[in-house]
Amino acid sequence: MSDESTAVPVTATVPVAVSPASEPAMGREHELRALHEMLRIRQFEEKCAELYSAGKIRGFLHLYIGEEAVAVGALQALGREDAVVATYREHGHALARGIPMGRLMAEMYGKQEGCSRGRGGSMHVFDAETRFYGGNAIVGGGLPIAVGLALADKMQQRPRVTACFFGDGAVAEGEFHESLNLAALWKLPVLFLCENNLYAMGTRLERAQSQTDLAAKARSYLMPGEAVDGMDVRQVEAATRRAADGVRRGGGPAFLELRTYRFRAHSMFDAELYREKSEVEAWKERDPIGVLTRRLKESGVATDAALAAIAQSVSDEIDGAVRFAENGTFERVEDLAKDVYTPSEPRSRSQELR
Amino acid sequence: MMATVTYREAIRTALREALTKDARVFLMGEDVGKYGGSYAVSKGLLAEFGPDRIRDTPLSESTFVGAGIGAALGGMRPIVEVMTVNFSLLALDQIVNNAATLRHMSGGQFSIPLVIRMATGAGRQLAAQHAHSLEGWYAHIPGIRIVAPATLEDARGMLWTALEDPDPVLIFEHQTLYNMEGPLPEAAGPVDIDHAAVRRQGKDVSLITYGGTLGKTLQAAEQLASEGIDAEVIDLRTLRPLDMPTIVSSVRKTHRVVIVDEGWKSGSLSAEIVARLVEQAFYDLDAPMARVCSAEVPIPYPKHLEDAALPQVPAIATAARDAVGHRG
Repeated sequence: MSDESTAVPVTATVPVAVSPASEPAMGREHELRALHEMLRIRQFEEKCAELYSAGKIRGFLHLYIGEEAVAVGALQALGREDAVVATYREHGHALARGIPMGRLMAEMYGKQEGCSRGRGGSMHVFDAETRFYGGNAIVGGGLPIAVGLALADKMQQRPRVTACFFGDGAVAEGEFHESLNLAALWKLPVLFLCENNLYAMGTRLERAQSQTDLAAKARSYLMPGEAVDGMDVRQVEAATRRAADGVRRGGGPAFLELRTYRFRAHSMFDAELYREKSEVEAWKERDPIGVLTRRLKESGVATDAALAAIAQSVSDEIDGAVRFAENGTFERVEDLAKDVYTPSEPRSRSQELR
Repeated sequence: MMATVTYREAIRTALREALTKDARVFLMGEDVGKYGGSYAVSKGLLAEFGPDRIRDTPLSESTFVGAGIGAALGGMRPIVEVMTVNFSLLALDQIVNNAATLRHMSGGQFSIPLVIRMATGAGRQLAAQHAHSLEGWYAHIPGIRIVAPATLEDARGMLWTALEDPDPVLIFEHQTLYNMEGPLPEAAGPVDIDHAAVRRQGKDVSLITYGGTLGKTLQAAEQLASEGIDAEVIDLRTLRPLDMPTIVSSVRKTHRVVIVDEGWKSGSLSAEIVARLVEQAFYDLDAPMARVCSAEVPIPYPKHLEDAALPQVPAIATAARDAVGHRG
């Protein structure tokens, strides 16, 4: 992984691609799979927005649309044994990590068939099966947890990586600095993945940060830090693979700044007073799904028939997920207090000691 | 066989036992290693167990407490030491938003077997940023367990039981207790963390307390005994969940209640106990319940003012006399 600073002006209004060190190669099937994964996220979320308007989904709903290349590229580079810590904008990570879409949709509905039994909703997706540790609605709150998961791996000598996603907003939190410092100090296997979509809710990066080169902050803690074009799934995957390899080999933590953009509002309640429509339109020119689709078509990798098959598969999967959620059941009110504490054997054993 | 030990040594013995018995246990916090612990609790453990298991952290409360949560999720059994309860406010987000919620919010998928120890309380002229008693605040939070060892047996025995608990346990050690010395059976071991204990049997009034004020309350009870008032002293031990059956059965016997708590009265643990007794034992009461708590001020530095701010033996005795003397 490169340790050099990139000279890209991160706050440019018109998006500037980060020039790749080399063109990463991906096989045909792999690229089609990436496209398929991004489309699953995009259309799942389009459906969620629709269901939100219909009153099926409540609470806060933060859409990831525009940023799909980050979750898909990064998670394609990780293994099943690795752990993921994400943010409240985590539907994309959950799907890319392999949480079944039906269980995710049921969670959005608050049904007990949901991946958090309906207890968490959109912002609190958990799944032990895929080592998905949330879904955290406190900005920066996941970083210390990721550090701890990595500490457990290091102490138990397991060659695993904990991937910790967070946004540019989290960089302003004390926990960002504490966590990068501790991970670097103790050489812990954490891969810090900063999704820089330029806005912390409505506050643009340069209005919140004196230093807008975020990778430079990571490098100041003596870990490799690199900026990556987060709109290009191939670049994200290649950079994540390089960084994760180093982390897995025991080189300590690494940091990637994934430069991306949120096409939709922050949440369903955001009037977007803080940015120009023209800026959004300019970024949409670099839509990761559009870019990859064009490239695959132009290079002849994807035929119209192959693309149509993907579209059909995604559409069927979403229909199935909505059906699964609709048919799901609400947890009994009698179980309200279940799982506040763990029912446990040791408790009764300890009581005997009295 | 009895040995004479201090409260500090009793905790150290418990730490040593836990580190020896379970390879997943480790201790981390500020100055727990080379310095030996700010209250010297972990002195010598670094040499004995090495830097992998006795971890000095940077002054990053939120992150090392959060890392304890993550390590617990990753299969370890972390003991995190926070220097004092006032400093724990820097980690409040991790404790309240993560440690206390993750199990319920994940639908029971993840437990967090984490133990957090910290010093609490006043009495050493450390003023308002090192001397508060905020354990009552923590007792407000569902999802965590709060314990307060007030005796050598509990200092020795609560840690292992807390480590066996699959959920987060916060242990509050009153800073005036570390030097308390007394006999402890060499065979002392784990104790339960579910029940309050009756430390002195009596029939005239129930004095309900915990932690740093247990000693003062027992002294007041002795004074009262010389006046012919037979006070029962209850040590809560566990502040969440409260052992109401033990408290209520004492009140059914004495019909009079004084609560002694170094926390403030407003919105407090003592207020909670009063409320629950109103709910559960109203018709057993023969006098208004009384509270002896800290004055509603930030704890001041000079000794005379600090003393004036804290619950003291004469005030406890007076409150008990008033309760006993009350004629409805």
